Amino acid sequence: MKAVTVSNIRKSFKSGKAVTEAVRTVSLDVEDGELFGIIGPDGSGKTTLFRILTTLMLADEGTATVDGLDVVKDFREIRRRVGYMPGRFSLYPDLSVEENLTFFATLFNTSIDENYDLVKDIYSQIERFKTRKAGALSGGMKQKLALSCALIHRPTVLFLDEPTTGVDAVSRKEFWELLRNLQKQKITIVVSTPYMDEAGLCDRVALMQQGRILDIDSPQGITKKFFGELWSARAEKMYELMLSLREMQGVVSCYPFGQVHHVVPKKDFNISQAQDEIRAMGFPDIHLAPISPTIEDCFMNLMNHPEGQMTAGNER
Amino acid sequence: MSGNTVISVKDLTKRFGSFTAVDHITFDVKPGEIFGFLGANGAGKTTAMRMLCGLSLPTAGKATVAGLDLYLDAEKIKQKIGYMSQRFSLYEDLTIRENIRFYGGIYGLSNQQIKDKTAEMTSNLKLGKEVDSLVKSLPLGWRQKLSFSVAMVHDPRIVFLDEPTGGVDPITRREFWTLIYEAANKGTTVFVTTHYMDEAEYCSRVSIMVDGRIDAMGSPSELKSKFDAYDMADVFLKLARGAKRSDN
Repeated sequence: MKAVTVSNIRKSFKSGKAVTEAVRTVSLDVEDGELFGIIGPDGSGKTTLFRILTTLMLADEGTATVDGLDVVKDFREIRRRVGYMPGRFSLYPDLSVEENLTFFATLFNTSIDENYDLVKDIYSQIERFKTRKAGALSGGMKQKLALSCALIHRPTVLFLDEPTTGVDAVSRKEFWELLRNLQKQKITIVVSTPYMDEAGLCDRVALMQQGRILDIDSPQGITKKFFGELWSARAEKMYELMLSLREMQGVVSCYPFGQVHHVVPKKDFNISQAQDEIRAMGFPDIHLAPISPTIEDCFMNLMNHPEGQMTAGNER
Repeated sequence: MSGNTVISVKDLTKRFGSFTAVDHITFDVKPGEIFGFLGANGAGKTTAMRMLCGLSLPTAGKATVAGLDLYLDAEKIKQKIGYMSQRFSLYEDLTIRENIRFYGGIYGLSNQQIKDKTAEMTSNLKLGKEVDSLVKSLPLGWRQKLSFSVAMVHDPRIVFLDEPTGGVDPITRREFWTLIYEAANKGTTVFVTTHYMDEAEYCSRVSIMVDGRIDAMGSPSELKSKFDAYDMADVFLKLARGAKRSDN
């Protein structure tokens, strides 16, 4: 059985005359036990989709199931089964750490002791602060408490909405290690993130932009579909190099990626010819090399070619 | 202020009770530099930045920003700097024109200057047609670029950017950095925090805070060779893993 199915879901919001189409005809499936990522920037519709799946909001059109149950008809049962950690801190700030966790356990007719093994990895890191009020915790500790509360009733599907946003690189890495461990406990995890580099840590990902899904596949599957070539470029004068590359006839796009620029060349633009041309433009130390695309390259590729990857790079 | 520093900080310290949030940090920033201010959550970046913006008095140490003393001229410093954060910069219920007018007014620009700035900014950002639309109707990426331009409406010598690219799509993120480069090329000093380690590579120099101190500072290539790291993410992991105090 699929853990989650989404079929042609649409949702828009009206405020006055303005209509925002938050989710525009989205379909996807999540397999049982999968770590599934929904990757996209702010405003791409991730949170709306999560709220529909956790039965907190009704879709305008389309159907969806969680754990085989319909999100409209069976909302009560779904609420018993899923865990949900919203993007905003939503625990009780004037209850202590332990009181919050006890509260959520009680709501689901269970106790901390009964499911301690499930939250142990996470809760043990904050247990020494168990008498502290939740409102007085640091950001990282709040996040761990919220995850513990979302897990304490042993959910079958866990929805995590942007758990790593605004979190530093080290803590993000640790959080993903926690998720990997949870997955071993046979919990399906659906997690959203704006950080493209986290896509590689999921079994499969959906790339979302402006309410649409650009692609769904394994991280390797997505990068394999990148159309055409990708080069890295570096020289002493990086900023000038970027401006010059963008002006070149044979270049489709050029964007800075850390230490190098990533360049998408036109189909017939050959790398040694390019190297000569760029050298002649005042970059004697130019170094070009073919590279494999990252998820972020693919995301940008799809943004530039919303009609699909099959045509990407062909027409320019 | 000597001729070639625009921010000069010596042993700057901030204590809250028995907790030392910022612990004797020392550094200089040169005009036109893109200075990356990195650190784990809870390392003290925000506290340090609030002091440099004149929003919070230091407990000890010395600092000048745009030639002005942090203790004596906090109010004047606010006029010489621009500030943009991810969370809040523009009024969503005002139009683009009204936002520029509002910030221009706050910074004491004349009506004519505000008019000129409005024309210049909307043409640079290709927002001419939308100048009388509400900011909330703009796509997030445009809002972000507009926030940056509005933070620079009074031609500040230094602009402080606090996680300016959080949550934006990857193309906008890179276009945003093009704006940063342009500003720096024109001589504006850019002081920026980020959680994207690839962005740390674009800075002229980077400092990394750990437990309230600056544990490393240098150009990205210097830091990479010093810590025997492949990229800035690796440098950051090596340093921040050693942190005792953490937000987590």
